[in-house]
Amino acid sequence: MWDVEIRGMTSAHAIIAASIFMATVIPVVLVDNFSVYGTHLVWLYSVACSVAVVNIAVFWLLGISPPTKKNTLNYKLSRLIRSCVYFVLSCLFFHAVVVLYGAPLIESALETFSLAVLLSTLTTLRCLCILGPNVQAWIRVFSRDGWVAMSVWDTSLQITSSCSIVGAWFGAFPIPLDWDRPWQVWPISCSLGATGGFLTGLLAAPLWIRWHRKQLTYKLK
Amino acid sequence: MPFTRQIVEEGSSHGFIAKARAPTVTMPRIKALTTGSIPGFIDVVMNLNSPALLEDNLIRQAKDAGKRIVFYGDDTWVRLFPRHFTEHDGTTSFFVSDYTEVDNNVTRHLDSTLKRADWDVLILHYLGLDHIGHISGPHSALIGPKLLEMDDIIKKIHTSLTARESEDAPPDLLVLCSDHGMSETGSHGGSSEPEVSTPLVLISLAFPRKGGAFQPSTVEQVDLAPTLALALALPIPRNSVGRLLPAVVEQAPLREQLRLLHLNGHQLSSLLRDSNPTYQRQDGYELFRVAEKAHGNWMKLYLEGNTSEVLGNLGRKVLKQYLEALQSMSLALSKQLGRYDMYSMIVGMGLILEVLALLLLAMPEALGGAACVDVPLAPACLSLPFCLLGLLACSTHVLMCTSAEANCYFCSLPWPLAFSALLFVAALLCSLAAMAVCVLSLSLTFSLSLSPLSLQSSLDWTLSELDILLLTGTVGQTLSLGASSFIEEEHQTWYFLLNTLCLAVFQDVCRKYFKERRVLGEEREESSLLPSTTDGDPLRPSFSPATELGVSLGAEKWLALTTPLLTLVCCRLLRSLNQTGVQWAHLPDLGHWLNNGEHKVFLSVLAVFSLLLIFLLVQRHCSLVSTIALALGLLGIYSYRAAVGSVLFPWQHTSRSISKGTGEARFVYVFVLGILFTGVKDLLCSQVTAAGGGGHLRSRGLWEVYSGMVLLVALLLRPHNLPTLACCLLVQTLMVQFVWERLRYDAAQITIMHYWFGQAFFYFQGNSNNIATVDISVGFVGLESYVEVPAVILTAFCTYAGPVLWACHLMCYLSSERDRAAGALSHGCYCLAVLRSVPAALYVALTTALRYHLFIWSVFSPKLLYEATHVLIAAAACLIFTAVDHDHRETESDG
Repeated sequence: MWDVEIRGMTSAHAIIAASIFMATVIPVVLVDNFSVYGTHLVWLYSVACSVAVVNIAVFWLLGISPPTKKNTLNYKLSRLIRSCVYFVLSCLFFHAVVVLYGAPLIESALETFSLAVLLSTLTTLRCLCILGPNVQAWIRVFSRDGWVAMSVWDTSLQITSSCSIVGAWFGAFPIPLDWDRPWQVWPISCSLGATGGFLTGLLAAPLWIRWHRKQLTYKLK
Repeated sequence: MPFTRQIVEEGSSHGFIAKARAPTVTMPRIKALTTGSIPGFIDVVMNLNSPALLEDNLIRQAKDAGKRIVFYGDDTWVRLFPRHFTEHDGTTSFFVSDYTEVDNNVTRHLDSTLKRADWDVLILHYLGLDHIGHISGPHSALIGPKLLEMDDIIKKIHTSLTARESEDAPPDLLVLCSDHGMSETGSHGGSSEPEVSTPLVLISLAFPRKGGAFQPSTVEQVDLAPTLALALALPIPRNSVGRLLPAVVEQAPLREQLRLLHLNGHQLSSLLRDSNPTYQRQDGYELFRVAEKAHGNWMKLYLEGNTSEVLGNLGRKVLKQYLEALQSMSLALSKQLGRYDMYSMIVGMGLILEVLALLLLAMPEALGGAACVDVPLAPACLSLPFCLLGLLACSTHVLMCTSAEANCYFCSLPWPLAFSALLFVAALLCSLAAMAVCVLSLSLTFSLSLSPLSLQSSLDWTLSELDILLLTGTVGQTLSLGASSFIEEEHQTWYFLLNTLCLAVFQDVCRKYFKERRVLGEEREESSLLPSTTDGDPLRPSFSPATELGVSLGAEKWLALTTPLLTLVCCRLLRSLNQTGVQWAHLPDLGHWLNNGEHKVFLSVLAVFSLLLIFLLVQRHCSLVSTIALALGLLGIYSYRAAVGSVLFPWQHTSRSISKGTGEARFVYVFVLGILFTGVKDLLCSQVTAAGGGGHLRSRGLWEVYSGMVLLVALLLRPHNLPTLACCLLVQTLMVQFVWERLRYDAAQITIMHYWFGQAFFYFQGNSNNIATVDISVGFVGLESYVEVPAVILTAFCTYAGPVLWACHLMCYLSSERDRAAGALSHGCYCLAVLRSVPAALYVALTTALRYHLFIWSVFSPKLLYEATHVLIAAAACLIFTAVDHDHRETESDG
């Protein structure tokens, strides 16, 4: 049973990673003058969109998301609306945090917000897909005691989310260097860092779970 | 400057852009102008107190040649060249806020001097423009009139010199130059383009008139010294690395030009021979030899009376060769002159690294319960290795000092001192080895005796996320000092770390208050057992938020949750108050906006608000008398700022005459001293009284000392920086009440957080790792004239206000908490010492390794000065910590 779950997760992660790769390659054909540095925002949104679409497709349609108790249309609709609200709130939250970290308040607000959208896509959206708009479940997963996760998906969520955020955090390091490289422009290094961290998380999560499968006890399973 | 412009563009003159070298501070630059050498960085420290210049220089040469020199202006000159001037009137340059008196002082002599003919050289040093830059920056409205005034003066001198011109005497030369430029913020000291670019205009009727567009070429500032020396027919100063400006002698006959170039080349080549053992392999030296030979051939042809085309061509070729040789030699020399005294550097570095190793080895003991470290220095002194090492070191010293050319600082020390230093190094090394063996054997026996079980448990010793952050942050920050950009932008590192710290603290707080219900229940039971929640203890020295502010538990939870967020917002606002660093320093910031004359009203309102907040936050810890003193002191601060002209009283609409505000500042000093005195008195009393009340009295005394320091900082900081102080106090109060006390961090964690906050506030108040941002006007608050000791102390105190206040707060906080273990204060002191010495020691090693780096003088050296000062201040803080802790222990053992 373990191997089946891990294998399923690995393939899901592979699909997401492939989607990021495609999101980088396909616009080269479709958009004129596309480059990751030059038209950074286009790249950023294409990655965000593809990750969002693939996540929703994989987790929602394939039924990994938590079983809904009520199956009425009304309930589903309210869940959808709540998810959207949560997503927007998380974008605003990330935006605020990035501004507190010293991003210019007005000057490059669009760039900052795009970074916030990317970060939300890499973290919050996956939470919404896997856990649903359920704050209690989020706190359970992300509090320290939550390392006693309930399923492999919870563990994967923890790892990928923290990796993306740490990646973005490290991505801010080269900004003050005086190398005058194109990727030092705000927010390119941070979004590249976040994406890199996310990819690392996708790769690391199955390995980590496999490595620690003796210690991991998914109680309620 | 219309007249000067006209002269430069059309008149008989030569204009250049002279590049100054860092540090662009007055004294080293005057040295560069007169000696032609490149002074070292230590001269920045000496800038405040310049001893006489002993090096060979232009002024001395002129005096020896019987020239009569008259000087008016910056009295740095008078101190550098005592008894060199036949007449002088120095103006002290340290009243930065004055920009009319300093210049009038110079100009008032001008008319009478120009009429007389009893001088050969007249030197004028005008300070007003520099002062305006310091006060209000390069875009100030004051700049225009000042430049016009300077233009008038140049015109006056030029007219008078032209009138003096006679046929038989050689023509006069008017040199217009500057010691340094002005950065975008109006200060100087760094090496940015506007700071190092200075004008150099030579005006004389001997030069041809020119017409049309004029593009100044770029030369070195040191080139002026040899040019002037040759123009005045004086010997070139011995250590000059400058080159003759060829454009200046263009009009002279070829023979004379070659002669002058040869003189310059000869001087440079002999300097090269003195300073470089491999001078013969230098390109420039060989080029010079070749040119000299060609010159000789040319002379032979010339004396033979050859006047053909060949002679002219040959001459021009020799000229070109000379110029190339000069350039190459000058370049080699200016690289060369940064010679390093490796022996002294290694001895010093060895000592520093030993102390660092001592601190690190002492960690298990210092952070243990007793917090007492035993350094086996005495037994080490008796051991055999010590004798051998000591002998070895001493003999090496003798060998080094007798063999090498005696140009070494350590060798110039008196021998007993040098030997005792070396013996100390050896003894420390031996005791270090003993301690290392001790620690190793302890850990080995520990792991052997308790077999795999204990190994397992020691591996299980986990760090929380906060610990990991604190450790990696400290290590990462230290490592980041290896990159020059990270030194220039060090504030970014600290802001970044501080933000992350606040978020980590926020996460901890969230975890505490939003645990799952089951865990929360346990927590409640546990916490009710702990004494920290028992209220109503009358002697309780610590401040419980519930009793202090009268908040319920629910509200307390929300306040605790908002505290880190509020801190984050505060930091973000402070960050936009002062732009520092290099890359983004030119961006507009709130501080500039507030200091603009039009926004005085906002600045006044902000200052009033900050002072009120400071009063409210500080007053809680004080006795009634100190509270009143504090209130009066803060009022005094406002009236001082109003007197100086930076803020307005509501009833005062027209700007009245600006005074120095000495009276008001002294009024505040009285209260500062009063509060400090009460605090110290309480501290001393606490030793006399019994242990019960002693602790309370002691903590009150400490808090009063702290209030006194806050008052002093409030007086010294510029008004637009008062919000920094208010935010600092606000963050401290909130953090203590809702976070540090509630979450029970240990002393080490709290110390690291205090240190980080202190560093961040150092940069929040507008400091950077550049000399230019030190606000020297602070040294004159409440003083009529420049007095060295208080000025230096006040400047250092104000520059390091952030770190000092946070260290002081750490001491107050750690000693006023009763729940803490007895060793908390010494743990804090130890952590502070380690936190300061690790980056400082590694930075010294790093700078030594990077001593041939391109930015060694412009980036690494100023930072080294900052680090050294910071270590001094931290050492003073640690001493006070230890003294207080010592008293504390004595009282406890008495009781």
